[in-house]
Amino acid sequence: MSQSQDGTGGLVSVPALLHRNAKEFGGAPAYREKEFGIWQCWNWAEAEREIESLALGLLNLGVNEGDFIAIIGRNRPHLYWSMVAAQMVGAVPVPLYQDAVAEEMAYVLGHCGARVAIVGDQEQVDKVIEVKDQLTEFEHLIYLDPRGLRKYDHTHLHRYSHIQEQGHAARDELTPELRAREAKLNFDSRCVMLYTSGTTGKPKGVVLSNRNVIESARYSSAFDKLGRGEDVLAYLPMAWVGDFIFSIGQSFWTGFCVNCPENAETMMQDLREIGPTYFFAPPRVFENLLTTVMIRMEDAGSLKKRMFDRYMAVARRVGPKILDGKPVGFGDRLQYWIGNLLVYGPLKNTMGFSRVRVGYTAGEAIGPEIFEFYRSLGINLKQLYGQTEATVFITAHPDGEVRADTVGVPSPGVELKIGENGEVFYRSPGVFVEYYKNPESTASTKDAEGWVATGDAGFIEEDTGHLRIIDRAKDVGKMADGSLFAPKYVENKLKFYPNILEAVVFGNGRDECTAFINIDLSAVGNWAERNNIGYASYQELARHPKVMEMIQGHVEEVNRSVAEDPMLAGCQVHRFVVLHKELDADDGEMTRTRKVRRRIVEEKYHDIITALYDGSKEVSTVTEVTYEDGRKGSIRATLEIRDAKVMPVQHAMAAE
Amino acid sequence: MKDMSEGYVTEDGRKIGGVVMEMKNITLRFGGVVAIQDISFDIREGEIRAIIGPNGAGKSSMLNVISGFYVPSEGEVWYKGEKRPPMRPYQVAQQGIARTFQNIALFEGMSVLDNVMTGRLTQMKSSIFSQALWKGRAEAEEVANREVAEKVIDFLEIQHIRKTPVGRLPYGLKKRVELARALAAEPTILLLDEPMAGMNVEEKEDMCRFILDVNDEFGTTIALIEHDMGVVMDLSDRVVVMDYGKKIGDGSPDEVRNNKEVIDAYLGVAHD
Repeated sequence: MSQSQDGTGGLVSVPALLHRNAKEFGGAPAYREKEFGIWQCWNWAEAEREIESLALGLLNLGVNEGDFIAIIGRNRPHLYWSMVAAQMVGAVPVPLYQDAVAEEMAYVLGHCGARVAIVGDQEQVDKVIEVKDQLTEFEHLIYLDPRGLRKYDHTHLHRYSHIQEQGHAARDELTPELRAREAKLNFDSRCVMLYTSGTTGKPKGVVLSNRNVIESARYSSAFDKLGRGEDVLAYLPMAWVGDFIFSIGQSFWTGFCVNCPENAETMMQDLREIGPTYFFAPPRVFENLLTTVMIRMEDAGSLKKRMFDRYMAVARRVGPKILDGKPVGFGDRLQYWIGNLLVYGPLKNTMGFSRVRVGYTAGEAIGPEIFEFYRSLGINLKQLYGQTEATVFITAHPDGEVRADTVGVPSPGVELKIGENGEVFYRSPGVFVEYYKNPESTASTKDAEGWVATGDAGFIEEDTGHLRIIDRAKDVGKMADGSLFAPKYVENKLKFYPNILEAVVFGNGRDECTAFINIDLSAVGNWAERNNIGYASYQELARHPKVMEMIQGHVEEVNRSVAEDPMLAGCQVHRFVVLHKELDADDGEMTRTRKVRRRIVEEKYHDIITALYDGSKEVSTVTEVTYEDGRKGSIRATLEIRDAKVMPVQHAMAAE
Repeated sequence: MKDMSEGYVTEDGRKIGGVVMEMKNITLRFGGVVAIQDISFDIREGEIRAIIGPNGAGKSSMLNVISGFYVPSEGEVWYKGEKRPPMRPYQVAQQGIARTFQNIALFEGMSVLDNVMTGRLTQMKSSIFSQALWKGRAEAEEVANREVAEKVIDFLEIQHIRKTPVGRLPYGLKKRVELARALAAEPTILLLDEPMAGMNVEEKEDMCRFILDVNDEFGTTIALIEHDMGVVMDLSDRVVVMDYGKKIGDGSPDEVRNNKEVIDAYLGVAHD
C-alpha cells in the first residue's frame, strides 16, 4: 500500500486532490456548464469554495461520517460538487440513474439507508417524496433547481444554495470539524458506491475505495497521456462508473475541465461547441452520428456527394494506417491531406470531433464498419473493456494497436487470466471493495486472492497479447470435439449485415454448427423493391431463392472470418435455414429488450433443428404464433435448408 | 357570489390580488354587426382568467379589445385603476400587456432566439443610431435583453432550438416560441389566444404546465381563450362565458359548469 501511496504523492482522497488543484492551478477552468446560452465557467479555486460551502452546509444539517448521500439528476457541476462535498464530510456519495422510476429508487435508497439526497429538479424531488414513507432512515432532501417547488412543504426540503449559505455562515464554528473529518480520509475509505444496473435480480451496491478510484485514474491518465489541457463532455449518466472515473477521478487527478451540456437535447450542439479532446460514448452514439451524416450526404448536391464518396474511399484505404503510424506512400498521403482539407476536416467539425485525441467506445460490440469509419477520418477511436467492479478499466487499446475485433491489452496494473471454461478473470488496484450488505455475492465474484470473475468468456491472442471477448460465459459451450462453442460471437458477426435481423446459432455438444436466420424486412424489402422482386408476405420474401442466395453469401463470408481464428474455427455455420417468421417477444422467443431466449427457441423449433442435423433438404413445420391482441394462430411452412461452404479448420494452432 | 373586492386565496394557496383590469359595458360593432354587446368583467392580479364560448361568440374580438387592437364602440377599459384612452397596440404593449395569436404570428425566417428578442423591442430605449453603431446604451441594452430572453428560453425548455429558424419547427414548438416571445416582454398581463389549438394531448399537457408555471413563477396575470373545456376548467380560476357577443356566465369553473345558460350554449338549444 505504501508503494502505491507514494505513486500518488500522498494524495489519498478526492478532496485532497481538490485542494491540490485549487492551490497549484486555481485559476484553470475546472467546470463549465452551458446555461442561458453561455458557457458558465468555474475554476478550481471557485470549485473548491463551492464544494466547501456545501460540505459545511451538510455538517450543519447533521450529516455523519459513514452516511450515504444519494445524488440524482442530469450531469451538472453542482451535482459533481455534491459528491465531493459528501466525501469531505466523511459521507459516501451514491449517484442514482435519473431516469429510474420511483420504486427502483426506493429499493436503492432503502438498501443503502441514505439519510440525505441531493437532486436536480422537481421531477426528482417528486419521485423521492413519493417513496419517502417506505424509507426509515431518510431525512433531508436538497434540490438544485427551485422551479415549481415554491409551494412544497420545506420542513425537510432544502434548496442547494441555502444549504451552501447556511454552511458558509457557520464556517467559523464548523471548519475545524470539517478539517478533522477530511484528515481521517485515507486510501481505504469508501470513495463512492455505485449500483450496478442489475439485468438479473436486484441491483448491487459496488463499494469503491479511494485507492480504487485514484489508482485507476492515475494509471489510465498515464496510459492515454491525459493532461490538464483536456476537455471532456459529461453527458453519460452520473450513476455509471465510467462517468465517475472520467468526470471526477481523472478530472481531479489530472486537473482537466469537465463540461456539462445545457440539457439532453442540446448535447450534440454542445459537443460541437466544446470540441472535446477526450471523448467517450457507447456504440449507439457513434452509429446515430454516422446515420445522420449518411442521410445528409444523400440529400447533398451531386458535386459534394461525389467528392464525399471519392475521398471517403481514400480515407478507408489509408486513414487507419496513417493513424496507426504505419508506412503510407507519398501519393496516398497527399490525397489524404487534400481529403482532410475538403471532407474529413469539415465533417469532423460538424460532428464535434475536430479536437478528439482519445475517443473510447465500450459497453457492447461496435460494428467494424462504424469503427473503421471514424478511424479512417483520423479520429483516434478505441475500444475499452471494463466493469463497475474493476473501477472501469480491464483492457484498452493502446495507441497504434487498434483493431475492431479485440478489446485491447490489459490496462496498466491489471492482471488477466482465463478460467477453465474460458471465463476472463482480472486482478487490479481497481478491484472493488465489496458489494454493500451482500457478502455472498462478494464472495462468489471475488476470490480470496483478489481475482474477479467478469462473466464474459474470451481469450488472449498469443502473438499480440490482445484480449478478445467472445461471449457471455454462461452461453459458451463445447463442441463434440472439445473445441470452443461461442454462439453470440458468430451471431454478432451475422447481425452486422443489415439484411440479417437476428441469428441463432446451435452446436453445443454437436459436431458442427447450424443457424436460424431472420431477415430484416425493411432492408431486404428495400433491396427486393430495387431489384424488382415481387413478394406478398414476410414468409414469401424469406424463402425467395435470391434472398436465400444472398443470405448464403453472408453466412459464407462470416465463416471465412470465423475460420481466421483458430480457437473459434469450429463455430463455422455448416447449414442454415431462414425462418418463416420473426422471432418475437410476444411468442416468448425473445426478451422485451430483444435478447434471444435460446432454450425456448430450441424447444419450440426442435423439428427444424433435427432437420438441420439429419441432412434433409427441406422441412415442413407448423408454428404457433401469438398475435398482438393475444389470440393464437399457427403458420405452416416448408423451409429450405441450405449448406454453407466452410473453411478447413487448422487444428494444429488450437492445441494447448 | 362571495365578496372579492380585496382579492382572494385559491384552493391551492395562491394569493389573488385586486382588480388589475376592468372591462365596463364594452360594446363592439363592425358596421351593423354587433360582435360584443355590453359586456363587463374584471381581471385580478395573479389570476388565470378564461374566456370561453362557442365559435363566433366574440372571444377573439374581446381579446383584441383588451390588447388595444380594437377600440370599443362603447364602454370603457380600466387598467391599473385608470381609464385607458384609445391606444395603438404598441402603446398597450408598452403598458405591460403581451399576447400570443391564434394563428401563430412569428417571423418564420428568423431564429427562435431572434424571435424571442423581438419581444423585448418595446423595452428598448436606445436610438436607432446608437443601435446601428453598437455603441453606448445599445450595447448594454442588448446584453440585458439577451439575458431576459435566455431566461425565458431556459424556462420554456427550448434551448435545443435556440438557433433554429422558426419556419423549420413543428407546430407545437412554434406555439411555445410564441409564448416565449410574449413572456420576454415581462408582461403584467399575458393574453393567450387559443394556446392549445391543434395540439395533441401531450403537447397540451406541456402547454398547461408552462402556463401554470408562468403564473406561479412570475406571478403573471393570464387571460386566455380556449376551446378545450377540460383544459379551461383545470387551469383557470375564473371563467367568462360568451355566446353571440353577450356574456352568459361568469364565475369559478364549477359555477360556470352548472350554469344553465352555459350548458344550453354548448349543447345547443333552438334560438328564437
